Amino acid sequence: MRHGFAVVLVLALLAPVGVGAADDVGRVKVVKGGVTIQRSGGSLPATVGMKLLEGDVIATGRDGSAGVTFNDDSLLSVGPDSVLAIDRFAFDSTTHAGRFDTSLRQGTLSAVSGKIAKQSPDAMKVRTPSTILGVRGTEFVVRAAPVTP
Amino acid sequence: MRRALAVVAVVVTAAGCAAAPTVREAPAAAPRDEMVVLLPGPDGKVGALSVTHEGHQQTLDAPYATARVQRQGQLEDGGRMAAEQVQQTFARALDAQPARPVRFILYFLGDSDEFTAESKPEIPKVLKEIAGHPSPEIIVVGHTDRVGSLTYNDALSLRRAERVRVQLEKIGIPSEQIRVAGRGEREPLVPTEDEVAEPRNRRVEITVR
Repeated sequence: MRHGFAVVLVLALLAPVGVGAADDVGRVKVVKGGVTIQRSGGSLPATVGMKLLEGDVIATGRDGSAGVTFNDDSLLSVGPDSVLAIDRFAFDSTTHAGRFDTSLRQGTLSAVSGKIAKQSPDAMKVRTPSTILGVRGTEFVVRAAPVTP
Repeated sequence: MRRALAVVAVVVTAAGCAAAPTVREAPAAAPRDEMVVLLPGPDGKVGALSVTHEGHQQTLDAPYATARVQRQGQLEDGGRMAAEQVQQTFARALDAQPARPVRFILYFLGDSDEFTAESKPEIPKVLKEIAGHPSPEIIVVGHTDRVGSLTYNDALSLRRAERVRVQLEKIGIPSEQIRVAGRGEREPLVPTEDEVAEPRNRRVEITVR
């Protein structure tokens, strides 16, 4: 745990210098209860304003939920006991072309697609353990059990 | 069938291992239960979703259209889920949805970085909107009509955007929250032939998210 905090501290110090600034894909806007971001083998407590990177995994605890606004204006939020991986995010803010792949490994997800899906249908995909969703500019919710009430 | 369950168990276990300690691991033999529901937007419009499962595909294109994969392991048409049931099942996820991005458009006088008189009152509205966005981001993008060269318009659009940035900073918005870009004449609101003066294309779009 202490190690975790050290990692957070180091990242916090690096952030203003702009390391990875060009690569951030979105920002955490809502955090309720226990939410962690798993990044390169470590685990950071999620905070409002935190910049997310491709490859990050958002994990919520039993009492947790979180919302993220992506750079293409997509909005994704997860409920309790959820695991959502940001597998791929590429967005050209001039052409609005891009790719956006996420995986809901478990739990609940609510999504409002943004400019990537609007520009090219099926450029945004959400995977669950057994399905692939191709997004054609829309709002939807997904549940991937196991979730016990 | 048995094989399908085993695959699910492996996926679930893998997800469990990667998860933070706060996340409860799924029981290895948990039945598969997946569901996707298409929702109408705030304006009532719906898009579409393709749902693919083991080579079978279903398209959802009506409000509250639902697809499910249950214990049987097949993709099923779940009909239309009641709005109240969606609210109940997805309450916490829906509740955590970030504020929707809001867009403001300011118009400019021809070949100039001066706002039109009608656009001046828009600036304070931006400040008001920001209050509803945690960790707000303000994206300011300048545009021009098609009078003048591409290069000239790139510079003009950026000048317009910078002008808006200055105004936003003046009313107290921290500069680190603001991002500025110029898109020249590439993205007209109203498509025109080249060299056509079109006031509606001389604009800056401000997105607050």
